[in-house]
Amino acid sequence: MGLISFYFFSLVAVVSAILVLSFRNTLSSGIALVVTLASIACLFAQLGAHFLAAMQVLVYAGAIMVLFVFVIMMLNLGQKELMKIKIGFGSVLGILFGSYLGILLITRLGFLSHSFGRLETADYGSVREVGRLLFTQYLIPFEVASLLLVVAVVGAVVLAKR
Amino acid sequence: MNPTLAHYITLSAILFSIGVTGVVVRRNALVILMSIELMLNAANLALIAFSRFHGGMQGQAVVFFVIALAAAEVTVGLAIILTVYRREGTIDVGLLRTLKG
Repeated sequence: MGLISFYFFSLVAVVSAILVLSFRNTLSSGIALVVTLASIACLFAQLGAHFLAAMQVLVYAGAIMVLFVFVIMMLNLGQKELMKIKIGFGSVLGILFGSYLGILLITRLGFLSHSFGRLETADYGSVREVGRLLFTQYLIPFEVASLLLVVAVVGAVVLAKR
Repeated sequence: MNPTLAHYITLSAILFSIGVTGVVVRRNALVILMSIELMLNAANLALIAFSRFHGGMQGQAVVFFVIALAAAEVTVGLAIILTVYRREGTIDVGLLRTLKG
């Protein structure tokens, strides 16, 4: 049962990831990426990371991709600018390189056929456990991340205003 | 039978290489940025799979930070693409040659 749902969500993720690269329209690529992110969130939930699955849907698919779609629609690329996907020598070489990288990664890491071990805490993946880690062990990265977000907002405003 | 660690790592490797192919092949700057997000998500999946395999939750805390970082990076990246579009009139990375000596 777990294997069936894993194969289903991974198939959806891989197919929509390939669709991200193959749509001519940028907005369609964005929607395909949203589908990929949602299926990866389902895989997170299957791995027990419930809080992070919700965060992935809320933040990644719900805020970052919305920002992407806003900018795509704001740029308003006309018909002549929707680039034809040039299948030239460069893109064939790129696809070969990408598949070689994939094969290399899979053959080097595929030996890890261990089953998952015992969980450390009873409420694994809950908000309380992630929060406990964020406020004890990862407190400094937490504060630095908030500083990073402020810097990103200021930078984006400075860059994008006319 | 349940999926093992190798299943998740293989899927993460496949998604990562699809992202790399997207960065190399596509010439639209927005699609390149989307492929970078795909690579980050593949890494997140690997982190959570290893965290589950280990039994601890440190991997999930790191993924929390990766998601926040990706948000900041997309914000600044999109602002840069917007500025480039206003100056050059195109976002085709093959045509952006003003840095070429």
